[in-house]
Formats: sequence, structure tokens, C-alpha cells
Amino acid sequence: MIKHRLFWPLCVLSSLLLFNLIYSPDFFSIKMKNGHLYGSLIDILNFGSPLILVAIGMTLVIATSGIDLSVGSIVAITGAMACLSISKSTDQNGWVILLIAVGASLVLSALLGLWNGFLVARIGIQPIIATLILMVAGRGIAQLITNGQIITILSPKYQYIGSGSLLTLPVSIFIVAIMFAIASLLTRKTALGLFIESVGCKPTASRLAGVRSKTIILMVYMFCGLCAGIAGLILSSNVSSADGNNAGLWYELDAILAVVIGGTSLNGGRFNLTGTLIGALIIQTLTTTIYMVGVPPEITLVVKAVVVLAVCLIQSENFRDMLRGRRKPRSYSSKHEVKQHG
Amino acid sequence: MVKRQYIPLLVTVGLFILIFITGSFRYTGFFSLQVLLNLLIDNSFLLIAAVGMTFVIVSGGIDLSVGSMIALTTMVSASLLHQGWPPIIVIPVVLMIGILFGSVMGAIIHYFEIQPFIATLAGMFLARGLCYIISINTITIDNAFYTSMAQTKIKLTGNNFISISVIIALFIVVMGVYLAHYTKFGRNTYAIGGNEQSSLLMGLPVARTKIMVFGFSGFCSSLAGIVFTFYMLSGYGLHANGMELDVIAAVVIGGTLLTGGVGYVVGTFFGVMIQGVIQTIISFEGTLSSWWTRIVIGVLLLLFILLQRLLSEHRFTKRR
Repeated sequence: MIKHRLFWPLCVLSSLLLFNLIYSPDFFSIKMKNGHLYGSLIDILNFGSPLILVAIGMTLVIATSGIDLSVGSIVAITGAMACLSISKSTDQNGWVILLIAVGASLVLSALLGLWNGFLVARIGIQPIIATLILMVAGRGIAQLITNGQIITILSPKYQYIGSGSLLTLPVSIFIVAIMFAIASLLTRKTALGLFIESVGCKPTASRLAGVRSKTIILMVYMFCGLCAGIAGLILSSNVSSADGNNAGLWYELDAILAVVIGGTSLNGGRFNLTGTLIGALIIQTLTTTIYMVGVPPEITLVVKAVVVLAVCLIQSENFRDMLRGRRKPRSYSSKHEVKQHG
Repeated sequence: MVKRQYIPLLVTVGLFILIFITGSFRYTGFFSLQVLLNLLIDNSFLLIAAVGMTFVIVSGGIDLSVGSMIALTTMVSASLLHQGWPPIIVIPVVLMIGILFGSVMGAIIHYFEIQPFIATLAGMFLARGLCYIISINTITIDNAFYTSMAQTKIKLTGNNFISISVIIALFIVVMGVYLAHYTKFGRNTYAIGGNEQSSLLMGLPVARTKIMVFGFSGFCSSLAGIVFTFYMLSGYGLHANGMELDVIAAVVIGGTLLTGGVGYVVGTFFGVMIQGVIQTIISFEGTLSSWWTRIVIGVLLLLFILLQRLLSEHRFTKRR
């Protein structure tokens, strides 16, 4: 059972929840107020939904042995774009303008993802650098869109995306569920998941085996951009404003963390969407717990650092060997070798 | 005939000269020695941190903890000075913290085979978090030594001057060039970045070199932090927020390949200068807002990466 990939992430999550149960039994209570469900667990799902979305896209990108550093900037750009187009119209609550704003922002986010994919797949730039460009320039673009200010809008219909509720649950949970279902079905019920993993192992070999590796890389980055775009819409609609400078700040790092905690190797070649979901929930639960316990929020970062290191060390074979007291000389796995010559 | 490997370096230098000349034609008062020296004065901490980062990237790694380490250094220095420690003890202490922090990250990366990206990310969170544990407020520094370091102007010809930070930064650049090209440590770093497995088979001290590279980067970041305290005269947890990106961008614009094995400290010097001159132009322009800096740097990154791609294409096809 210890060998199972989800064992350690689930252990961490349940020990976090257990801690909360002992510390404050209220944590698990869910109340019904005005037809909506309230409670810490719902909050974790609700506030964690943008992170989960971004992390889903990131998982697929990492599975192709890539990485996307630009998701935070895409979150900022999409939020800015949607809020700008809504604020420009006379009737901020109109259906037409709402659909145009949401549609245009999502198309834009997909295009930004496509740009990343183009640099990686067609030009052949290392993913970390290719996406660094948009990460650096993206925040500038978002500020350009908002003209360096925070755009505030008044549109209950737009607000519904981020803070409305459907069937007593927050809407954002349903959005996440749909995206997660789409990603899981596409990658696990069709051959697409296998193709993504094969591209992550060795793009050249997959191409020779008849997999369109470049198209797959393009699509995966586009999907990642789209996920970040939806997250941007949820975030900006939740606060009814767009802040080019701070929206989605550090999201790329949290998303990568969620993926790594979830057991997806940064070397690519295999992925685990359920693990990512758990990883993102761990990060969000951790944040909520820290606030609940009343530890100064400043310490969040230290706790996060310790958790990251702990999870990575547990997953490191060398570390486990060292704990068992049998250090071996540093060995190179075949995977490592592939990376070196790739 | 110029060697192929020097082309990115020459392009960087050429671009810097080009941007500077363009600025000189466009704005009166731009073409002066002092504007050039101000580039050094305002970016000395960036320069110091970038030298350390160059080594890390040449060795095939990446260090995301640079900005946080600078913040931590300002914070530790400020709080120690506040408690009455003399600068002569404070400075070595923070430098030791930097070296130790970097070395530990290097050891974790090497021995537990954790990706540099993730290990230094944890380091980044840790260092930032420690800042806030020390204090969430700004701690001002009124120590006589620090204020004199901040205010001392070293007169050059005419009315031009530089600060002490510039001397430190230039010293680090020279030391970086020496370390990279004239020592065993430098050669080992390039070898590991080129191919770690081959280096191991050749009998190079891979573990020691990797740990030293990250230790050196930690040293550079804490030294940059000290220079930053001279500049800001305060310690604050949000100092140098996101600076790791500026540093990485400077190294890449300087012609260092993020895949490792190729790069020059001199290139990094000009990478920092290019960022500085873009900011100066934007401040001269007045109407252009600061976000243009980011967009321009993004475009420059793209151009340089494409250029390197174009230049290395030939070499890669040959190897295959």
C-alpha cells in the first residue's frame, strides 16, 4: 500500500484534516444558511478552485516534461481583459457583453497558451525559458490592459462565476469538477493520456512511432493556458475587480507544488490528475489551517517550505535509502540518461 | 573571424551600445558619463546577484531563492544592528548565512536528486518566511558605518562619482571572470553543465562543485543584500520581491544558455546593464509607464533566445 502513488499525499492531507478535527471540531461542521452551504470544507474547495484549475493544466504540461511559468501572468491578463471589456460597456450586467467578455478572455488565454506551445514545440525552446518570456512580459501586458490601475466593475452576473452558488454549492466547484472530468476522461478513456506520456518520455521516439508529438505539445500548452484563463475569470469575478500587478501572483509556483506533491515527476513521462487534485487541496487546507490556528499568516511561507521539502524528500529514493541506513553511491537511472542526451 | 560561441556575447554588447546611443540622440543630457555610472550605482546589487546566478545556470541549475535571500540579509542585518551588534560582526554573519543556505540547497539538490527548481523554490519560501518571522515591519538602519557607506561618493574625473557598492560589484564581476575561466572550479562548473554524467565518469568532483556553486550563489545573494541595505538603509521582508526573475533575465540576455554549459560572466554584466539602460530610457521618457520595462525585457528575452537557438541549431544537428 505504501508503494501506491497517492499514499503519501493522502497521508499528508488526512493528517492535516485530523489536526483540524482535534484542534477545532467546528472545522467539519457544514451549516445551511439562506439555501447555501457554509463551512470550512466548502471554503477550502471554493477558494482552492482557481489553484486546482491551474494545477490541472500544469499537470498535463509537466507530463510532457515541460513546465509553464506563465500561468500567473495569464490569470492576470484574463482577469484584466474580462473586467476591462465589462467596464467599457454602458450596461455592465447585460448578457451580451458578459458573453463577449468571458468568451474573448478565454480565447485570449488559449492563444497565450498556444504561443507558449508554439515556442516549445515549433521553435524548440526549453519550456522553462519559453514560458519565462510570457511570465515576465505578461504582468506588463496585464498592467497595460488595466492602465496600471485596479479596474472595479459592477456586474452581479459576472460576479456569479466566482461567488454565486448553484444547488447550494459555490459555482466555482462545478467549474472545477467539469474541467477535471474533461481532463480525466480525455486522458484516461482515450489514448490521449498515453500519447502525452510518451511525448514526455521521448518526443523523437514518439514521433517515429507515429504520435504527432508537436501537435500534442501545442494542445497541452493551449489547454494549460485555457485553465489559467478560467482561473483568472473566477478570481477576478470573486473580487469584482482586476489587478494587473497582483492577480495570480505566485500561482505558477503553487500550481507546480500541487503537481509535485501529487506525485507527478517533474521529469515528465507520467502524470496523476487525482494526485494533483489532492496536492492542490493540501496547499489550500494548509493555508486555511494556518489562518484558523491563529498562527501569524507570515509563517505560512515557512510552513509551506517545510512541507515542500518534506514531500520532495519522502519521494526521493536516495533519501529513503538514507533513512533505512543503506546509502549507495549516486546512481544514474536510465531516465536521467535520456534527459542528458535529449 | 569571430568564434561562433562569442556571437551572443557580442550581440549583447552591441545591443547595449545601440540602446545607449539611441537614448543619447533622443534625450538631451542622456549622453554623459554620470548616466553610465548611475547604471552601475543603481544596479550594483543586481549585478552581484547575477554573477552568482551565472555560475548556477552554467552548471545546469537554477536558483529561485536569490530575491528572498537578499530580503533575508537586509532583515537580519537590520535587526542585528538594531540590537547593537557592530557592523564588523554583522556583515560576516550574514555572509556566512548566505553561504550556508546556498550550500545546504546544493547538497539537497545533489544528494537527494531533487530538481534545483523545486529545492530553491522551497529555499525561496523559507527565506521570505524567515524575514516575516523576524518582523513584518520595516526596520530602519541608522548605524554610522552603514550611512557612511550609503553616502560616500568616490569622485572620478570632473563631477562624476561612483558609490562604494559599485567597487564591490565590479570586484565580484572580476572575481567571477577569474573563477569561471582561470580556475579548476570554473572548468568543473562548465563541465557539469555540459554533461553531468560525463563529468562524473571523468572523475570530476561533481558533488563538491555543485554544492560550491550554490554556496557561491548564496554568498553573492547575501553580498547583494548587504549592498542593498547600503542602498535602502532598511530591512524589510518585501525588499527585492521578484528580483530572481530580473537576475535570471539578465543572465539569459547576457548570452548564457539555461540548459547549462555555455555562458560568460562578462555577458551577464552587459545583461544587467541592458536592463538598467532600458529603465533609464523609460524614466527619461516620462510618459512611458513602468510596465513597459517588463514588456521590453520580455521581448528582449525572446530575441536572445531565438538568436541562441539559431546559432546552436547548426551545432546540434551536427552532433546528432
